[in-house]
Amino acid sequence: MTDNINDLESTARKLRRDVITMISKAGSGHPGGSLSAADIVTALYFSIMRHDPKNPHWPDRDRFILSKGHAAPILYAALAECGYFPLDWLDTLRKTGTCLQGHTDSTLTPGVDVSAGSLGQGLSVGIGMALAAKLDRKDYRTYVLLGDGECDEGQVWEAAMFAPNYKLDNLIAIVDFNGLQLDGATKDIMNLEPFVTKWRSFNWEVMEINGHDITQIIEALNSARKITAKPVVIVAHTVKGKGVSFMENNVDFHGKAPNKAETELALKELA
Amino acid sequence: MTNYSELSTREAFGKVLTELAAADNRIIVLDADVSRSTMTKYFAQAYPDRFIECGLAEQNMISIAAGLASCGKIPIASTFAVFASSRCFDQVRMCIAQPHSNVKVVATHGGITVGEDGSSHQAIEDISLYCSLPHFNVVVPSDAIETVEVIKTAISTEGPFYIRLGRSKTPVLYPGGCAFKLGQGDKLRDGKDCTIIATGIMVSMAVQAADSLSKSGIQCRVLNMSTLKPIDQKSILDAASDTGAIVTAEEHLLHGGLASMVAQIISCNKPVPLASLGINDTYCKSGKPEELLEMQGLTAGDIVEAVKGVIKRKKGL
Ligand SMILES: Cc1ncc(C[n+]2csc(CCOP(=O)(O)OP(=O)(O)O)c2C)c(N)n1
Ligand SMILES: [Mg+2]
Repeated sequence: MTDNINDLESTARKLRRDVITMISKAGSGHPGGSLSAADIVTALYFSIMRHDPKNPHWPDRDRFILSKGHAAPILYAALAECGYFPLDWLDTLRKTGTCLQGHTDSTLTPGVDVSAGSLGQGLSVGIGMALAAKLDRKDYRTYVLLGDGECDEGQVWEAAMFAPNYKLDNLIAIVDFNGLQLDGATKDIMNLEPFVTKWRSFNWEVMEINGHDITQIIEALNSARKITAKPVVIVAHTVKGKGVSFMENNVDFHGKAPNKAETELALKELA
Repeated sequence: MTNYSELSTREAFGKVLTELAAADNRIIVLDADVSRSTMTKYFAQAYPDRFIECGLAEQNMISIAAGLASCGKIPIASTFAVFASSRCFDQVRMCIAQPHSNVKVVATHGGITVGEDGSSHQAIEDISLYCSLPHFNVVVPSDAIETVEVIKTAISTEGPFYIRLGRSKTPVLYPGGCAFKLGQGDKLRDGKDCTIIATGIMVSMAVQAADSLSKSGIQCRVLNMSTLKPIDQKSILDAASDTGAIVTAEEHLLHGGLASMVAQIISCNKPVPLASLGINDTYCKSGKPEELLEMQGLTAGDIVEAVKGVIKRKKGL
């Protein structure tokens, strides 16, 4: 736990390096969406969330759901760095017998609460957790990270309608708004705009931030705690592939591993 | 106390749930705008804080149930069987089956006896779909009294359940109570000539058929196979060995239901003449439940004919 922005930035850089190394060794995976989420995940796990890596089932822990389950590598990097499991597990990503599956698997990985990979479901699962907290009068919070392309799914909007109806002020959705999905730019594939207006009209408290500015991320997450009687969505403007020049805004690196030369170059840029 | 013998399986579910909820506050009920029909309305009235109205959004409901289960609740998610199976199948797969989530999907209005609403509302694929999912327990109770025991078992047994209930009242098979055991068929009649294996509403017709055959000297064993998954392999193989001929009966597609499972088990271990009554690769139409059952060849009379047929084959005639 730290509020030192420099420390957090260097942690985020370390996690990005882990993502590159891990996906490169696996020979497949999703670097773009892992890198765009790196600063958000860092802020959550190393500053904001109440959690205990030695006690992953602690009932009072804050919950984190990586609804965009293909970004599993960034979550694995954070969990390993926190100490949920040994760092050398990262070398086993996607390999036969591994606890680090291609997409998150709650039955295998300590610290992973939700299996994901089929997009569009995480916000609903988060609602279930937030409802349980209300029923049990517990004060933990539930954070759900969604992709922007993921918001094409109808279920996201079923959940968006539900959460304000039940006044779930212990639920925080964060959208990794990197402007790209699998086939191309979100504005070309399926235009989401006016995105902020949509959430607002569904009765959410909406915040917009630069999703790579850790100070802004932390400020938004802290002010989200003060909102009552409705859920909060943070639309985090990000760059897909952030931190590696040739991956930035490049849809080719949505779901492709870097080759050896690209890996070396990427690690140099992230040093 | 509720007199369960007079109720439809869905009524029995709604009532018993409300009784059980008093002793266990982990029980949470979710419904998707059909609580007046699924009968979760009783629970909603008695425990408004533990009833979660999801509106018309089955996918959201299933994933929410999984979130509740991951926090130690025992969620019962209820809607019509058509929607509980096909509308949210991916959510059931990802959020419940794969992570072994402790969610109980209790679906009402199963099968064609929904009747007048027509094919959009007649779940005929649900058993096949749910049985295809690893980790799921799948149960179709035969009457209101068995329903009560099935619901109790599901709540006290960790893991995913799909329970299919019906719209209409069903004849009472267990007036003196029912000792339901998950994964075990229940022998309601015994005989040496043939075994009728039935599930859900077809069980009472199987009993009728056996009783009428017995008058003409044909003695049938009748198995109530209320648990479709895990299926009671032993009882099925005993039936093959002891009676040498089997008839199955279900209010479901032949493909992927009881017929498929029994065929698979006996053909791999102890092949005997088999005839299967069910819906043969077609959608049904609007109509009175009894008329629809007749159209699909799902009456006690059809079972009688099928039994005579397999006994002939057994004798090599
Ligand atoms: C239901 C579903 N449909 C399709 C896919 C295949 N898929 C994986 S990632 C992706 C694009 C996701 O875009 P976005 O949510 O913007 O993620 P990010 O840009 O953060 O990687 C798609 C279509 C999927 N995983 N799940
Ligand atoms: Mg995106």
